[in-house]
Amino acid sequence: MAACSVEELLAKAEAQEAETLKSISVQKELDLEFDIGNLLACDKNRIEPRDLREKSKEDFLRALARDNTQLLVNEIWKQPTERVEEAIVAKLPEPTTRLPREKLPPKPRPPTKWEQFAKLKGIKKKKKTNLVWDETAKEWKRRWGYKRAGDDTKEWLIEVPESADPNEDQFAKRVKAKKERVAKNELNRLKNIARSQKVKIPAITLTPKASQSKDELARAESVAKTSTASLGRFQDRLPKENPAKKGKKRKFEPLIGNFSNEKQKQLELLKVMDTKKPKLDITKAVNKQMRQEDREEAAAKHKKAAGKKGRKGGSMGGKPRGKGGKGKKAAGGGGGKRRGKPGKR
Amino acid sequence: MTQLDSVIKPKTKRSKRFLESRAPKLTEDVKSAMIMKGGNTSQTVTQALKDIYSLKKPNAVLYKKKNITRPFEDSTSLEFFSKKTDCSLFLFGSHNKKRPNNFIFGRLFDFHVLDMIELGIEKYVSLSEIKASKCPEGTKPMLVFAGEAFDTDNEHRRLKSLLIDFFRGPTVPAVRLAGLEHILHFTAIDGKIYMRSYRSLLKKSGCRTPRIELEEIGPSFDFVLKRTHLASDDLYKLAHKQPKALKPKKKKNISHDAFGTKFGRVHMQKQDLSKLQTRKMKGLRKRRGEVVTKEQEGQAPKVAKVES
Repeated sequence: MAACSVEELLAKAEAQEAETLKSISVQKELDLEFDIGNLLACDKNRIEPRDLREKSKEDFLRALARDNTQLLVNEIWKQPTERVEEAIVAKLPEPTTRLPREKLPPKPRPPTKWEQFAKLKGIKKKKKTNLVWDETAKEWKRRWGYKRAGDDTKEWLIEVPESADPNEDQFAKRVKAKKERVAKNELNRLKNIARSQKVKIPAITLTPKASQSKDELARAESVAKTSTASLGRFQDRLPKENPAKKGKKRKFEPLIGNFSNEKQKQLELLKVMDTKKPKLDITKAVNKQMRQEDREEAAAKHKKAAGKKGRKGGSMGGKPRGKGGKGKKAAGGGGGKRRGKPGKR
Repeated sequence: MTQLDSVIKPKTKRSKRFLESRAPKLTEDVKSAMIMKGGNTSQTVTQALKDIYSLKKPNAVLYKKKNITRPFEDSTSLEFFSKKTDCSLFLFGSHNKKRPNNFIFGRLFDFHVLDMIELGIEKYVSLSEIKASKCPEGTKPMLVFAGEAFDTDNEHRRLKSLLIDFFRGPTVPAVRLAGLEHILHFTAIDGKIYMRSYRSLLKKSGCRTPRIELEEIGPSFDFVLKRTHLASDDLYKLAHKQPKALKPKKKKNISHDAFGTKFGRVHMQKQDLSKLQTRKMKGLRKRRGEVVTKEQEGQAPKVAKVES
């Protein structure tokens, strides 16, 4: 009898255990796709439209939801857990679903002018301490900022240096110097930003200054006038202002006009190309010669002053060669280059 | 705005923190949503908007006033609002004769509209109508999507991505197991989408994993998919681009062979083989006057097997 009851008990216990084990298992045709990082589960199984009859719709949906949630929870419980202040916490992996971002990823800041230079030279930043020992106040103060260690604008006594004007206000001078430094820093910061965003800034001669000379003002004014859509042709003029100088307008022959003229021109061109004699541009040759003579005189003076001896410049001997000797179009010559033996190529 | 950002430096720490929170970041925080009403709304729509706002709290703003705009035609007003409140998701509810009880779910990328999907509400049961104890605000919900349409149909796929974006909470590294209460279940059948919200009760089962019993709490919606305005493919791809810094760094010196054994290289310093610590053989020890040749043990220090 006892054996029977024991068997019964065992059978009952087994049945119960099977029951509980069954309770967390769910049968599905297709496995679900999980994204534990987002606590997400996707069920791709087909849903029969007949299951969604009006009466049992809610129950069907609830049963479906229960099954899917059970599978999701089974997956979540497989994650590694740890205990954090009397609560059991499961560590989630990274979310795998790709979702669009809110904003574009941040662009790295382009280096400033100083940073580029430092990189080029290999200058590294030295880590400085935040606090500096201030002797006068006998305490640790900030290196810069509010109530800093060596604030020279806050001094109550400044010795007037010997070279300075006795009536000059040294305190005002210091304050002004600081203001100028701040303004310079601000200007450099804005320039860095403009360079990084590739915004065009006007050249330094055109930026407004405290006192500009007459030429600078005139130049700035003319640039401003011509920077309109019609290149300043319809801008009003001041009563005594001179009208803008018209540039030389090039003239061209019409395309199909004078046939004999064209024929003449082309024959001449061919003749010039054919000749073996070099062509001579008299003005250019004369100018070149004059320039060279000036250069030689200057060099001679310089050498005399320096006191160097024995300079046998080939050009010294080759001076009075004349026009024929030069003989080539200035295209080959180039400005300012001295030839060892002029006339020979 | 970005052009002036670096030109105008913030003067207080508070404004600096504010600008930094709005600046683009490598890993972004949770997206917030703007919930707004259109020119004409019905009781259903206003109540539904309030319910979704309570689901999405605290990362949502609910506007009380009506906005007479049509998102599908003109999205400038939406973009303006998103710039002001720094929200990248929106929900626009309206009601007119042609489109009764209309919801437009949408998201923005870089303050321009990315996707917009219009859903019509057929049946709606509000939070207050279902009498059950609710989950606390701000719990991260578990999302379940059922139905093949969410995988096969393009529009449904975008809708799924949008709903995940909308309803998932902040991305957390760990979650409290007892706090997994809220479940949002979406089913897609024949162009209709059923959204149900349940609360899970963790019951004892024989093993460690509990058995789930569900209790319906939240608002339940029967949606019908209507118009969509989806982003073009290249804009969509651009929105998904992750910055390079986020890519996981590849660990060097680890290779696997066909069997899955993990290999690594151990680089040894040059050894002086005459000073190797070998077995001491007393008989071979150097005695005075005798020359003994030692055995050189050649070691190949190159590849050491590391069992994976």
